[in-house]
This record gives sequence, C-alpha cells and structure tokens, in this order.
Amino acid sequence: MDSPGIFAGRQQPEPLIFERSVPGRRAAALPPCDVPERPVRELLPESELRAELALPEVSELDIVRHFTRLSKRNFAVDSEFYPLGSCTMKYNPKLDEDVAALPGFRQLHPLQPEETVQGALRVLYELQQLLGAITGLPGVSLQPVAGAHGELTGILMVRAAHIKHGRVRKKVLIPDSAHGTNPATASMAGYEAVTVGHDRQTGELDLHDLRAKLDEDCAAIMMTVPNTLGLFERQIVEICQLAHAAGCYVYCDGANLNALVGQVRPGDLGVDLLHTNLHKTFAVPHGGGGPGGGAICVTAELEPFLPAPVAVRRGDGSYAFDHDRPESIGRVHGFHGNFNAALRSYTYILSLGKEGLYDVGATAVLNANYLMSRLRGAYQLYVDRPCMHEFVLDGRSLRDHGVRTLDLAKRLIDYGFHPPTIYFPLIVPEAIMIEPTETESRETLDAFAEAMLAIAREAREQPELLREAPHVTPVSRLDEVRAARQPDLRWRGGARRRAAETAAEARQEAAVQGRV
Amino acid sequence: MTTYVPTTSEERRAMLQAIGVETIGDLFRDIPARYYKPDLDLPSGRSELEVRQHLQSLAEANLDLDHHPSFLGAGAYRHFVPSVISHLVSRGEFLTSYTPYQPEASQGTLQAIYEWQSLVCELTGMDVANASVYDAATGVAEAARMACALTRRKRVLVADTVNPLYRQVLHTYAGGPEIEVATISAWQRDGDRLVRCESLAEGVDESVACLIIQQPSFLGWLERVDGLAERLAAVGALLVVAVPDAVTLGLLRPPGSYGAGIVVGEGKWTGGPLDFGGPLVGMFACRQEYVRQMPGRIVGATVDGQGRRGFVLTLATREQHIRREKATSNICTSEALVALCSTIYFCHLGKQGLRQVAELCLQKAHYAAEQIAALPGYALATTAPFFNEFVVRCPRPAGEINAMLLDQGIIGGFDLGRYSPDLADCLLLCCTELTTRQQIDRLIAALEQGGPSHG
Repeated sequence: MDSPGIFAGRQQPEPLIFERSVPGRRAAALPPCDVPERPVRELLPESELRAELALPEVSELDIVRHFTRLSKRNFAVDSEFYPLGSCTMKYNPKLDEDVAALPGFRQLHPLQPEETVQGALRVLYELQQLLGAITGLPGVSLQPVAGAHGELTGILMVRAAHIKHGRVRKKVLIPDSAHGTNPATASMAGYEAVTVGHDRQTGELDLHDLRAKLDEDCAAIMMTVPNTLGLFERQIVEICQLAHAAGCYVYCDGANLNALVGQVRPGDLGVDLLHTNLHKTFAVPHGGGGPGGGAICVTAELEPFLPAPVAVRRGDGSYAFDHDRPESIGRVHGFHGNFNAALRSYTYILSLGKEGLYDVGATAVLNANYLMSRLRGAYQLYVDRPCMHEFVLDGRSLRDHGVRTLDLAKRLIDYGFHPPTIYFPLIVPEAIMIEPTETESRETLDAFAEAMLAIAREAREQPELLREAPHVTPVSRLDEVRAARQPDLRWRGGARRRAAETAAEARQEAAVQGRV
Repeated sequence: MTTYVPTTSEERRAMLQAIGVETIGDLFRDIPARYYKPDLDLPSGRSELEVRQHLQSLAEANLDLDHHPSFLGAGAYRHFVPSVISHLVSRGEFLTSYTPYQPEASQGTLQAIYEWQSLVCELTGMDVANASVYDAATGVAEAARMACALTRRKRVLVADTVNPLYRQVLHTYAGGPEIEVATISAWQRDGDRLVRCESLAEGVDESVACLIIQQPSFLGWLERVDGLAERLAAVGALLVVAVPDAVTLGLLRPPGSYGAGIVVGEGKWTGGPLDFGGPLVGMFACRQEYVRQMPGRIVGATVDGQGRRGFVLTLATREQHIRREKATSNICTSEALVALCSTIYFCHLGKQGLRQVAELCLQKAHYAAEQIAALPGYALATTAPFFNEFVVRCPRPAGEINAMLLDQGIIGGFDLGRYSPDLADCLLLCCTELTTRQQIDRLIAALEQGGPSHG
C-alpha cells in the first residue's frame, strides 16, 4: 500500500526564496518618517554603514506560496500520527495557541515595571506551583528553555551545592541507555561522565555496576525514569538511597514524564532534581525544533541554588521577581525563559486539572502497551514485559531479509506515518522506539499496527520495497555522506553576485586606466 | 473537565483485554504501591470557556505596549510584525512537527532552516551559521566556550558594555568548566560625560581566548572596532561580536567586515513580538574554518538518488546524540519556529525594507535625543554615534523620572542605576519605527514637567 496522496501536490521542487528574487520587487511598505529627517551620514560615520545587503526581493504572495509549499513537505501531529519515541508528540490544543497570542501577553516588555505585568507574573508563579505539585519537587525555575538547558541548569545547581558544602567532586554517573544530552551536559558543567551499565534481562540499571562506581567523587547520577527502554526503574528508591548515602544527588531527566504524570511524583521516590519538557508532557507544540520549555524542579534543600530571579507572591497578594538569591547559580536565559511556552502549559494544566492529568499518564501507558501487544510476534521486543509510555523493538530480525531498521522507518512514510525514533537507545541494536501518546485513538493505533505488520510481510516477500523507500516523498533518500563531506550550508548567490560586480568594476577600472 | 484523550471506557476495556490485564493499575505494578496515585494538590479541570476567560482576565491585568507608549529597549526591541508571519508559522505543518530527524518527511522545515542560515550569513557577513541557539545571551556563552575550545585557552574578556544579562549568563555557563571571565571597562564617567575607551583591546595577551563586545553597545553607542580583530589575531585570540537586534544590520556594517570570528545576534525582534522576553532566538555564525566546533544543528544541501536537491541535518559528529560527552554543546531542541518568524520577516522586508526600518529607528531616536537634550536639566551623556538607544542624564534619579512617567501612562527608559551605581541619574531610552512623533512629544512634555524647576 502506497499513499501518494500524502504528498499530492507537494512533488514539484520548491526553489530557494533567494532564487525567486527579482530586482526591485518588494512586499513591505514602510510609513513615511514623521519626525524631521537628517541625512544618515550626519548621524553615523560613513565607515559604520554597510555597503550591500542581499536579502531576497519578493512579493508577499511569493512569500505566502513559498512557505505554504514548504510546510506541505512536512509531517506533523496536526496531519499525521507521529510516534517518535522519547519526544511525546501529543496533540497541541488550539486554545493554548489562542491564549499565547493574546496581546495582553504578547506586547509586554520583559523589563517593564512589575506593577504593570501582574497578570504575567501570576502565570509564572502559578505554573511554578503547579509543576511543583505534579513532580513533588517544590523549587521551580521556568528560565531553562529546553530539556538540555534544564539539565545544564540542574547540574550547575548540583555543583553549587557541593561547593557550598566544601565538597570537590569530579564525576557524574550516567546509565548507558541515557539520552546523549546527559553526558554532554555533564561535560559542559565541568564533570567527567562515567557510564553505568544496564541489566540485559530486566532492562534496568545494573545495581552491581552502580555500587562499583558510586563513590565520594560522584556529584550526581542522572537517571531517566521511565528509562529510554520505556521501563520503570523498579529499584529507583534504592538507587536514590544509595546515592544519597554517598552524598550524591539524583537528577532525573524528565523527557519521559508523560508516563508518570498523575501516577507518581518523582520527588516522592527520592529524586532531587528533574527537568520537565513543557514541549512534551505539557503540550507545547514542538515547532520543528523549538521553542519549548525545560523548567527545572528541585527539592527544598536545593531551592536556594535556582537561577535568579524566580516569580514570587508577596504577603499583600501581589506578584514579583525575587532577585535577592545569594546562593543562586545565576541566570541561564536572557530574560524569563520561554514565557510564551509557559502560557501554553499553564493553560493546558488548568484545562485538564487533576483528573485530566491522571488520564494523560494512564492512557499514554495503556496505548503503548496496546500497541506493543499488537506488534509482539511480528517484531522482537528488546525486553518483553509491560512497558510505560513507550517501548523499544529490536530490529535485528529484519536483517534476515537484508533490510534494516532505517528501511522500515522509510517505508512507514509511504504508509503515511511518521517513523518512530530509530537507533536509540544505543544499547539496542537496530532500535525502533515507539511512543504513541495518550491523544491517539484506538483506530489510529490499529492502523499503525496494521502498517507495521504489512511492512514485516513486505520485508520477507519484497524487501526492495523497504530498501528503496520512501516512494511518495518529494525527495527520496538523500546523500548524507556528500552533505557532510562537501558541506553546502548556505545559499552563495549573494556572494557570487558581489564577486561578479567587483570583478566588473575592476575590469572597468583597468579599462579606464588603460586609456590613460 | 477538558480532555484531549479520545478513548471511550468501552475501548479502554477492550484494549486492556487485548493486552491481557484487567485494570489500568495492572500496567503500573512496577511503581511501588505506596507512591502510586498520590492525591495531587491540583485544581480540578475546567472547560475551554472558563479557562479562556481566566487567561483573558490575566492578560488584561497587564499594561500592554499596544496601548501605552514605551521607550524601553535595553535588550528587547519592539518592531512592527507583518501579518503574514503569524499566518504562515501557525500552520500545523510547521507548528506541530518535531526536529527534522527524518529528512524525507521534513523537507519544509529543513529548507526553511537552510534559508535562515543563509540570511544570517548575509546579515552578519560571516561564512556559516547554525539553525539557532536559545538566545543571544546563551549564544555569547556558547561562543566563549567555542573560542576556548578553538584556542585551547580558558580565559575570556568581555566588555562591560555587553548587555549585563548576557554577561550574567556567560558567568553562569563559565562556572562549570572553570573558564575565567574578565570584565573590561569600556567607558568612564568624566563629570557629566560618559567617555568610550580608546581601545577595547587593552589587556589582551596570549592567555586570552576571545574578546566579547556588543555592537551597538548596551549603552547604545557604536564601539570603536577598527583594528580590534587584528590586535586580537596578533595574540591568537578571536573577536566575538554580539548584535542585540538584527534590525541594526539593515544599516550598520556586518561584523564579518571588521574581522569577527564568531557573531551572535538576537533574532527575536525581527519577526516576533516582545512576548515578555521569551521565546527568543539566537543567531550564531562563524568563519568557515571554525564550523566543526560550532554548537547546535546545521542543515546542509545535498541530492537524492535521482539528483534532486534536498536538505539534511549535517556535521552531526559535533553533536550530543553522536559524540555524547565529547559534543561541542548539549543543545538539542532550540528555537526553530522563532527562527522561521525571523526568516519570513527578512524576506518580507527585503533588501530595501530592512534598511528603511533601520533608518526610521535611527531618525526617531535622534529626533527624541535632540529634543530631550534641549530640555533644561537634561543632557545627552555622550557625543559618541548611536543607533536607536541613547543615554540621557537626568536632573533627578532615573527611577523617579520613570515613576513620574508611569503616572502618565508612559513606560520610560531603562534605569541605568540598575546597571552601574555611577549612573543612577541616567536613563537609557530607545525608539523604533513604532515610536510615533506624538509619543515622543508626550515624553518630552512629561520630562519637562518633571524637570528641575518642577522637581
């Protein structure tokens, strides 16, 4: 089954916007200057002015057609099932978009006097409170703007806490199944990342390996709960106790919080710090790579180290920014984090409330287990036991037919589904990581399962269908080796045009000189 | 209660049966029972109508700049945003897609990022740019780390005329890897005047990885940059230039033309409203030879099996998902949609339009500055050339002037006493193309009223 309809009308190549440029064409008209004008050269030294700026010259309709056509070359939650593991591609409510677009929020300067932004401050303060209640970690900063940003904030707080207690520690323990951001964060924060293995039978952290590596030189252990195999770490309470006994903090990567929301508070389990991805669990649309939100939630003990300022409620009921935080690690964002994302998550949490959030975690886990049960048999599971919000297939069985996980992923596009996360976690050969989320209907899950089963049959009977997939997209598989070896990272027409003009001038100059 | 879960209780029963368990709770048996299903301290859900009304009332509790004149800049600049932008970026295909890991199903986002990278290079005069960093402030911190990695040095200099909030973020980021950040004084107060220092390269030696400056500076003036990059190059150090508002590049020479090695810029104000300061988007560009040390995603053009042009994420061996602890940065999700707003803005304004916006900002700020300077008790604090922000010395503490302006419904300038105790009588004022003559005249009248004879 191919669905060329998915990309119907999207097959024509779309030129770069620069290639649509026509000298003299324009879209924007600016108002006349309403103050007395002076020549620019009287106001700024000639040497400070730029000579040339090769921006495209296009009409507004050129722009609308160009970007509309580009948009049609994307898969997205609004149009396709997008079971990208670890990314929680749930439905993004339209109400949240409208709230985020209210002029009373959008037209606020971040440095306006606090008495003029009481509504915005209340949103920040109350979202801090709500996230604290959901995670069981009462100290919250909304400054981090992405998951990895929250991680860095958290590990810098760990560092500050150790320094305060006069402890010099050099290492951060990280499970081998962790997201790459965890070790990268540890390095950025000045720590050595030490890998802890997993138990092949249970898919959980190897406690023996942890005991062997956990010592007084460890600043923190970065856990992901549920882990990236989609499994709840059943020893998490013990892991936290062991870590604490060694004076080591437990950081939890909140990328998988969607499984836990409403079901369990990470703080209750002994976690000291956790970032939440507002663009995963709390429904901020991902925007093709941000903006999101990476709010960091911590214990009362670590609260003094949060980035400054934090939003507070004063005794008189007014809201303010508290800058007076002497133990703070400092600022991690130019202003107050992604306020516009915070607004969406605040709206989302108020809409769902306590019962609705419980339903999120419960249904996310139900959907993943249902899908897993439908695929068991046709595909091999890396660990076969009930999963949380996602599960990981081992794609090695496909190799018998000369196809790989990558081929399966590309073939899914032909069926109209965005592929799952592939080749992650790194511990699973040919990994296929599937996260359906709670907002998908049973029909969608069934349709996806049918496609996966059909592709398993195709792998046996017509493996070339997979190897040559996708067949319906505006471009087929792209030459990534060429992209890396001969990097073409920008349009160079502007530079070429300037070079041509300079050469022409030089020729003219030479011609004039030749005559003299 | 609002719900976005479509599953009916009948379907739920059937699904549990297919799984082979009786209840949802059976799926959560791995969670220790004593911690499962706590009584969360959260309100009950509400209808869309109720939530909308609540948020509407919170929005109305703010004093928004559509209805009140403002002369506040200091790192956040309010420009006109053409309608076309919100209509295009709110398309679900852009809004609700993920980072483009599967290129065949993400060509729209990938090509748009390639166009953004091209625009950033053109504006900054640099060779290569990435898909974005979080904002200019974290961009400055990433640039410092990158310069340290390139030079294998651990000391960076930053001018005190770089936005103090950028510098705070730089200090936070520098704390972990123990990069030494030395702040150099770029001005001094000479009586009533602020004087720019002659050369920002004083004190540069072979221990220094880079010097970070801002152009235009936080105090609005243009820094003296001629010869700076050469002096740095002589000791093997890089010039890092932060651009607080990409509109300035419509008129000012690009940092690449005076030897910058890395340029970071704030791209939010070109195509996005103020949004109370977030999301922002950092432009990040550098010279070709540094590209493999650059943080963040990079999109490249390539071809498919049939020779058709297409776009992919490339040079990923710098990144966390491949290199893990050896990655150039941990950045993953960034600010793609804000970069898209900016991309559309630059296309809409085009070659002529961006220059015109920049000129309007320049003209209005100079008109306002001239009028204020003519008021008794007020004076411009410098004679240095400026773009659209300038420092005014006031007859009373700047905080009092701002309070007096707010009483008249005007958001004043940035109280520079918050920046330096030396400047408690100074206001940093900003005009953009959105500032009208009428608003400037209102400001002048209010300032005159609050002047020395009325004080």
